[in-house]
Order: sequence, then C-alpha cells, then structure tokens
Amino acid sequence: MYEGPVQDLIDELGALPGVGPKSAQRIAFHLLATDAADINRLITALQQVAKGVRFCEICGNVAADTTCRICGDARRDPLLVCVVEEPKDVLAIERTREFKGRYHVLGGALDPLSGVGPDQLRIKELLGRIGRDEITEVIIATDPNTEGEATATYLVRMLRDFPGLSVTRLASGLPMGGDLEFADELTLGRAFTGRRAV
Amino acid sequence: MSLYRDTGVVLRVHKLGEADRIITLLTRRNGKIRAVAKGVRRTSSRFGARLEPFCHVDLQCHTGRTLDIVTQVQTVDAFAAPIVGDYGRYTSACAIIETAEKLVVEEDAPAMRLYLLLVGALRALAFSDREPGLVLDAFLLRAMAFAGWATAVRECARCGAEGPHAAFSVNAGGSVCSRCRPAGAVTPDAGTLALLGALLHGDWDVANAASEAARRESSGLVAALLQWHLERQLRSLPLVERRAPRARATSE
Repeated sequence: MYEGPVQDLIDELGALPGVGPKSAQRIAFHLLATDAADINRLITALQQVAKGVRFCEICGNVAADTTCRICGDARRDPLLVCVVEEPKDVLAIERTREFKGRYHVLGGALDPLSGVGPDQLRIKELLGRIGRDEITEVIIATDPNTEGEATATYLVRMLRDFPGLSVTRLASGLPMGGDLEFADELTLGRAFTGRRAV
Repeated sequence: MSLYRDTGVVLRVHKLGEADRIITLLTRRNGKIRAVAKGVRRTSSRFGARLEPFCHVDLQCHTGRTLDIVTQVQTVDAFAAPIVGDYGRYTSACAIIETAEKLVVEEDAPAMRLYLLLVGALRALAFSDREPGLVLDAFLLRAMAFAGWATAVRECARCGAEGPHAAFSVNAGGSVCSRCRPAGAVTPDAGTLALLGALLHGDWDVANAASEAARRESSGLVAALLQWHLERQLRSLPLVERRAPRARATSE
C-alpha cells in the first residue's frame, strides 16, 4: 500500500474496465513522472467528458451539441437508418466507409436477465423517427449474440407494419481470413442460410 | 492441472477483460460451475457461438485456482437459434435459466434433476408448439418441487386434508382447507387450480385446453409462489411476454 494520493490514484485507475492492480500502479507512476502540462490536458479532457458530453436528440449517439455530427451532415442519406446497440458500434461501421445513411443508437440490447426490456431502450424513439421522417430502410446491426438476435427479432416485429419500410439485418457468417474446417456449426449454418448468388 | 468433461446448459455470460467471458453453466455431473472462456468475444473464436445462453454443450475444462478454464466445446442441442427467433419464447427462456441459476445456490454441487428439467424445458420452448408461458409455469412449479417447495394443489398445504379446496395461500404454499385458511388467501377459479395441477404433473392435454383467464391467474400465482420461496423477485419474470393461445393467435 502506498500513502495518500498515490494509493487513491491507483485505486481509481484500478476501478476502470480492463485495468488490473499492476496496470493501475504502472499508469499511476507514469503520471507521476509526466509534465504538469500533460496532466492538465488529461484533467481538462476528463472534466469535459463529465460535463460536456451529450447524447444526440435524434439518434442517441454521443455528441458535442444537441445533434451529432452524422445527423447534422446534409450529405448523409436520410432515408437509410442503421440501428446499433452502442455508440462504439457507430464508430465500427463508420470505419468500413460503406454506409452513407444515418444511425439510431438503442443504448443496449434486450436482456431480461439484467432487467433490460423494451422500455429501457430507445425503441419508442426509433418508431417515432420512422413515423415522422421518410425512412425507407432500417438496417438492424445489433450484435450477433443471443441478446442482439432477440433485439433484432423484437424490432422486426415492431417495424413490419410500417408501409413501404424495408427492414434488413446485417449478414452473418464466415469471417475473412478463416478456415472453413474451424467454423462452428452455428456460424456455418448462418452462412448457408444467408448465401447469395454470385 | 486436471481436466474434466461434462455436459451443461449455459445460464449466463459475463464479459471479462478485453475478449474473454465468464460462463455460468448448469452441468449434469458437477452442478453449477463458472468457467473462463478465453477469447470468445473475438469474431475469430472457434467456440464463442457455442457458449451463448440457452446452448446445451459438451465441454472440457481445466480446473483452475479460482475459476476453471474452458478448453473445448461441442454443441449437444442448439436451443438458442429457435428461442431467440421468437420474443415470447426468449423472455420465457430467460426466466427459466434465471430461476435455475437462483435455485442452485452452491457451485460444484450436483443438481441432476434440475439439469434434466432445464434441458426438457428449453427443448420444449425451442422445438415444440407448446405455449411458452405454460412451459415456463410448468418449469417453475416443478423446479420449486425439486427444491423442496412443492405446491399443494389438491391437498391442504397445512393439514394435508384431501381436497379440492377453494382457497389458495401463497404464504402457506398452495391450496388450503376452510379451517386452515389464513388471512390474505385468495379464491382462484377451479380451472386455475386444475391448470396448476396439470402443469405440475405434466398433463398437457388439460393444460392446453385451459382458458386464457385460468392461464393468467395461474401464472400470477406461480410467480408469487416463486418470489415467496426465493425471497426476491427475478429480474426477467416481469419482462416475460405472455401470449394468447396459439390457435387463437393464428385466427386473428
């Protein structure tokens, strides 16, 4: 145990996800050896996150203003909406540079075991958006796990009655760079179900 | 480090570190176990898809100091896909696995009967046409019976007098006769008591023929009984989507 502020810093760093006690100690001593200007920049960034980060009123993504950069961009296709679980999923899809529409962040997935039902997610906001805007396609990009699939099932049921709305799900199957013999039967089964003509 | 092999149903998964998960399973021989599955959150994982909730798997583990480590997994029954394809089944299945997890308090203590009941319930949800709400209530009643809290449906829960009795007390543990009837006991419909008995003993002809009102009332009583015995409310139970009977749903 170290004394006073150093131990407090180690304890706080150790509470972060993925940071164990050894890593916390290493980061703390790195910060002790860092210039005051660098420390001040870190302090300012943390304070800005605590005070300044908001969620976009339209899509629920993290934003610096009332709407996020993507919702405010007139070049993005307003007819396409991609539904994701978390803001970090927006970043993952943006990295592909394939999608030119807009997003809707649910804020999680349906997980009754954790007490998360439809009312805890931004599903009503999505339905309101579809009724209000002229959206023609909703792409469901929830995680390909049990909770994500159940969320997709629920969304499909809620969205299928909107006239003229196409609801699609991200394809699921074999990863690039993998060997077929090592694929598990569930993934391989999904790959067969979702096969396409070439 | 010793190796062991067992079959089990995945009850719950927790994220661990960057790409690992802690998997809670109810197994045939070792009861409830918790084991670390390394790297399963990566898309390149060879068995990540097999360690999702509701999956019935054959697995091999290393015995660790605190948690065991999963080394190999094979699918026995792929319950997850058909269950998550229907939201009503999914919510019922969540309540089933949460109940199984809560009823087995001790880890590494065999719970063979509950394991077999769990596999049967998930199989019925995934592959049969039975109404998910009825499967859930049947599982809850029988799981409570295995835990020593069998619901008295015909005889009086207090004095054992043969019934049927009109009154039902959650605190007493089922039907009660007119002499033992405590304050707060309710008087359910005769069809509700018949449905509870059918679900407890697996009489599916009677259960499937039960009215919508009897199903609603019996599911309320079963939920109250479970909460009374567990002394806590399940998180998933209020989120269960109860549906109309299949025949009626198709005619709508």
